[in-house]
Amino acid sequence: MSEKTMNLTLYVWRQANAKAPGKMERYEAKGISPDMSFLEMLDVTNEQLIKQGIEPIVFDHDCREGICGMCSQVINGVPHGPEELVTVCQLHMRRFNDGDTIFIEPWRSKAFPIEKDLMVDRGAFDRIMQAYGYTSITCGGAPDANDHPIPKWQLDRAMDAAECIGCGACVAACPNASGMLFTAAKVAHLNMLPQGKPEGARRVKAMIAAHDLEGFGNCTNHYECEAACPKGVKTAFISYLNKELIKALPKGAQD
Amino acid sequence: MSMLKSSVGRKLTMAVTGAILVLFILGHVLGNMSIFVGPEGINAYAVHLRDLGPLLWVVRLVMLVVFVLHVWFGIQLTLENRAARPVDYQQKKNLVTTFAAKTMIVSGLVLLAFVIYHVLHFTLHVGVDNVDQLAKAYMGEHFDVYTMVVTGFGKAINVLVYVAAMILLFFHVSHGFQSFLQTLGLSNECVQPKYQAVGKFLALVVSIGFISIPVLIMVGIVKL
Amino acid sequence: MKLVNPANKRKYKILMVGTGLGGGAGAATLGELGYNVECFCYQDSARRAHSIAAQGGINAAKAYPNDGDSIRRLFYDTIKGGDFRAREADVWRLSQVSNNIIDQCVAQGVPFARDYAGYLVNRSFGGAQVSRTFYARGQTGQQLLIGAYQSLSRQVKAGKVKIHNRREMLDLVVVDGHAKGITCRNLITGEIESHWGDAVVLATGGYVNVFYLSTNAMGSSVTANWKAAKKGAFFANPCYTQIHPTCIPVTGDHQSKLTLMSESLRNDGRVWVPKKAGDKRPANEIPEDERDYYLETKYPSFGNLVPRDVASRNAKLQADAGKGVGASGYAVNLDFRDAIKRDGEKAIRERYGNLFQMYEKIVDEDAYKVPMRIYPAPHYCMGGLWVDYELQSNVPGLFVLGEANFSVHGANRLGASALMQGLSDGYFVIPYTIGPYLASTTPGAVTTDHDAFKESKAQVEANIEKLRNIKGNKTPFEFHRELGKIMWDNVGMARSEESLKKALTEIPKLREEFWQNLKCVGNDKEVNQQLENAGRVADFLEFAEVLAFDALNRKESCGGHFRVESQTEEGEALRDDENYAYVAAWEYKGEGKAPELHKEPLKFENIHLAQRSYK
Ligand SMILES: Cc1cc2nc3c(=O)[nH]c(=O)nc-3n(C[C@H](O)[C@H](O)[C@H](O)COP(=O)(O)OP(=O)(O)OC[C@H]3O[C@@H](n4cnc5c(N)ncnc54)[C@H](O)[C@@H]3O)c2cc1C
Ligand code: HEM
Ligand code: SF4
Ligand code: FES
Repeated sequence: MSEKTMNLTLYVWRQANAKAPGKMERYEAKGISPDMSFLEMLDVTNEQLIKQGIEPIVFDHDCREGICGMCSQVINGVPHGPEELVTVCQLHMRRFNDGDTIFIEPWRSKAFPIEKDLMVDRGAFDRIMQAYGYTSITCGGAPDANDHPIPKWQLDRAMDAAECIGCGACVAACPNASGMLFTAAKVAHLNMLPQGKPEGARRVKAMIAAHDLEGFGNCTNHYECEAACPKGVKTAFISYLNKELIKALPKGAQD
Repeated sequence: MSMLKSSVGRKLTMAVTGAILVLFILGHVLGNMSIFVGPEGINAYAVHLRDLGPLLWVVRLVMLVVFVLHVWFGIQLTLENRAARPVDYQQKKNLVTTFAAKTMIVSGLVLLAFVIYHVLHFTLHVGVDNVDQLAKAYMGEHFDVYTMVVTGFGKAINVLVYVAAMILLFFHVSHGFQSFLQTLGLSNECVQPKYQAVGKFLALVVSIGFISIPVLIMVGIVKL
Repeated sequence: MKLVNPANKRKYKILMVGTGLGGGAGAATLGELGYNVECFCYQDSARRAHSIAAQGGINAAKAYPNDGDSIRRLFYDTIKGGDFRAREADVWRLSQVSNNIIDQCVAQGVPFARDYAGYLVNRSFGGAQVSRTFYARGQTGQQLLIGAYQSLSRQVKAGKVKIHNRREMLDLVVVDGHAKGITCRNLITGEIESHWGDAVVLATGGYVNVFYLSTNAMGSSVTANWKAAKKGAFFANPCYTQIHPTCIPVTGDHQSKLTLMSESLRNDGRVWVPKKAGDKRPANEIPEDERDYYLETKYPSFGNLVPRDVASRNAKLQADAGKGVGASGYAVNLDFRDAIKRDGEKAIRERYGNLFQMYEKIVDEDAYKVPMRIYPAPHYCMGGLWVDYELQSNVPGLFVLGEANFSVHGANRLGASALMQGLSDGYFVIPYTIGPYLASTTPGAVTTDHDAFKESKAQVEANIEKLRNIKGNKTPFEFHRELGKIMWDNVGMARSEESLKKALTEIPKLREEFWQNLKCVGNDKEVNQQLENAGRVADFLEFAEVLAFDALNRKESCGGHFRVESQTEEGEALRDDENYAYVAAWEYKGEGKAPELHKEPLKFENIHLAQRSYK
């Protein structure tokens, strides 16, 4: 714990609403403690702005412990900032130095329209999920949980995919603004489990079609998504998704 | 869902066609190596190809379709990708992607131009001096490919275009190789780095193979 | 129980406020049954409800480990853990359906941990002698919630559920004594919207953000519940709040929330403070004989593993005596030195690696080398809107699920049982218990054309205008922080008549200042997070008083509610079953008026009341 504080210069994207044009504004953040989280730094800055009669910066956040997937900022050109495997809310100011200049921008993608400042609309992810991001189990009809043994390695693999928190950093990082890592994570989570297998072919087709409808770009294997993902979701799942699609193609008649 | 509408479907097409193109250039570079055997080498190789007759035309047609599909989807996907981010970042730092990956469309389009030029030049003999003479120069009835190539690369401009295109080919294939394996669902986190290394190596070998011909001609090691 | 004819279900519309484990599961299941459901949440997606943050696990009486677990034992543990302040029937039902929950979740694709052979594994959790907790890495809450959200997504596609995200419910609409709709603010456009339903279900989570700093999400509030309370729903046992002992301590005034670390750390860590008050030496420089392992000396048999409330209270006692560590003095050491010496660093790393890593990320210290610093933090509320066995509040047509209701945890919740309750309420209770109410109503009888909706909308709009026009000097954050301090100091872990009375004079004072000196900037017809916060703080400022009132009324200690006047000689919580074995349900009587107490006596027919002891 240190007593030193820092002063920073922030360039923040300000945009009144989805239709308005936006631009970067410069602000000073004063008296920032290295123990603060990045969002707490913004809280403090906002309180300072309010006192100066400037409208505070709008940004999404909720759990502030890296699991809800609300927080979404591109910090100095990197989604969720310079630290690996963390979300913005888990990033701490000790990663920065006194006098630093920090650029803060929203996720940028046609599929994620900006609502205001740093806040975007990620409804596209919900719609991909609605396309087939589930198993068709109706409550009440489930067999005993131990009826289908799932070997640990297989379970662990599905769990690696299931760790996705739906934050959208993969889209923000992708040079093509593609949502393929998210889509792949969901397809892999379900298709790798016996419970998801029966609908696997239908699922992969439907979810990819929904992904495309939203205006995301196409994956060209830059792997930037993996580097930005706070949960370490691997692009190997995209390869898996492709394989699932190849397997599903001959089954076209099912749809 | 139509295969040719979906993003992954079109990617698969890109990958399959890309892989065929990679196979093609592998064959092509091996064939071209016959030039080092001397005039008989490459000329015999050319005769051999021509003897395939209708089969050669089938191959050419397939390659044309493959190429057109690859180019068409490459351009289409790239345009869509640009449109997917209408407002760009003021600051964007890429962490892992490569120069090659970011310039696929550039290297691709240059290769397209090069292929057209290349076919015009060496297949349709546009701008080749003394075409009539060469036509029956090899064994009195065949086209003298060897002489055409060696004289062709006697001109600096041709060498320059060729070498530049092959450098871009290096970049295109160095990303493309691991990319088609990933796209075809054959990758995972253990093999992915290996694919990348193999891809780079392969691309290097192929482009050095191609480049060696004009360079050796220029420095006079291969000559008439 | 009356049933609704399957063909008629599609004629009914149900409003579900909240998409956490309670609301998400409930909405999906009601949709599956054929009802039309409209769902609301304030986040940008239903998947982000705070249920997502639960780490530890979910209980069920599957008895897979063959260690003598049973529905009855789960029932007993829950009643006892709740310090005998919950209704037996509700807890029995919860225990019964606990196993179905696990089956349902696995069928959805929830990746619970398994062994090499592919079978489900369990871990042990506080307050139980059997191993009955199912988990998915450190993400049980997220995996369960995604399961519910998947089912919900399926119903959205089927056209049975409509989700309104980024909506905050700001009023309950009551027509002729029945809940018939809600008024909410569209957090993007600022529009005030009216929605009607044949029944309204609240699953809006907990209210411990009344303490400002807590392990809850920043947006967690009492607003939905409080607005319902102001429309006549009784608020039950608001004083039952749970303080979790192993959280990362506060580093400064800027702190916005507290992070929980799994309690399992106490299995190997030793809790201590310096013997001398004000000893500010770095922990490793304090010699052995100057350390006070206070839990081990005070509770020789349970030692560092005493229940949550006991551990929390003792940490506070040390800090209050000036022995707290860290810059703020509000922390105690949790030392792994001896465990590392005994089992080796490798073993400790295997057991707690991810927690040590999380600690290092936040605090920037290596807990393998220096002791961790921990401190208790508000974590969960057992209190909530009063409901009957059908989960219906005293306002007909208003149902309440999950943490928002008061039903099963009594005065203290055991680990891994909140997730169980949320899913039980959502998957297996509300789908059946809402039927009889609906069967007695005419579908679509009241819609937004009714005057009550217009009145409610006008009132909500007026309230927003009022907040925006105060134009004072203090931001909502500042008021919230001040309220939190009053609550933590006076209505926190140890409550006395004196401290509660103090709170009861300070809260109204702060509330008055709020309405005169609030600075709430920005427009109302666009995204305005200041306005959102201001509204939530305004509700906390009213609700806090009821909480303190309840605490003052309950002159016994039980579970998470500790009255210093009521303790055993050893300083343990001392219940008063003769006078307080009841649910305290408070009725709102208007601003500035004392709420009215309704008592629901608790009868124990299957379990003998006994004093908890952890010596
Ligand atoms: C850090 C942490 C760890 C935990 N770990 C465990 C554990 O290991 N095991 C366990 O059993 N329990 C655990 N719990 C407790 C458990 O997670 C919660 O009690 C439970 O998930 C609550 O679920 P819920 O559905 O009632 O509410 P929530 O999940 O909080 O959902 C509330 C919903 O209501 C909506 N909402 C709220 N107010 C409004 C409004 N005014 N208008 C519109 N919508 C509104 C929100 O958008 C959200 O969708 C933990 C809790 C925390 C904080
Ligand atoms: C010698 C000729 C060529 C070869 C050997 C080749 C090879 C490849 C390969 C293997 C891929 C990866 C396929 C995938 O995984 O999707 C690829 C991708 C691509 N190619 Fe080509 N290609 C050639 C010519 C061209 C041309 C002429 C264009 C012109 C438009 C082009 C444009 C692209 C594009 C845009 C991509 C997609 C980028 C990506 O997937 O990363 N290519 N190419
Ligand atoms: S894959 Fe990673 S980056 Fe993408 S949404 Fe999921 S957690 Fe976020
Ligand atoms: S605020 Fe929840 S992940 Fe950052």
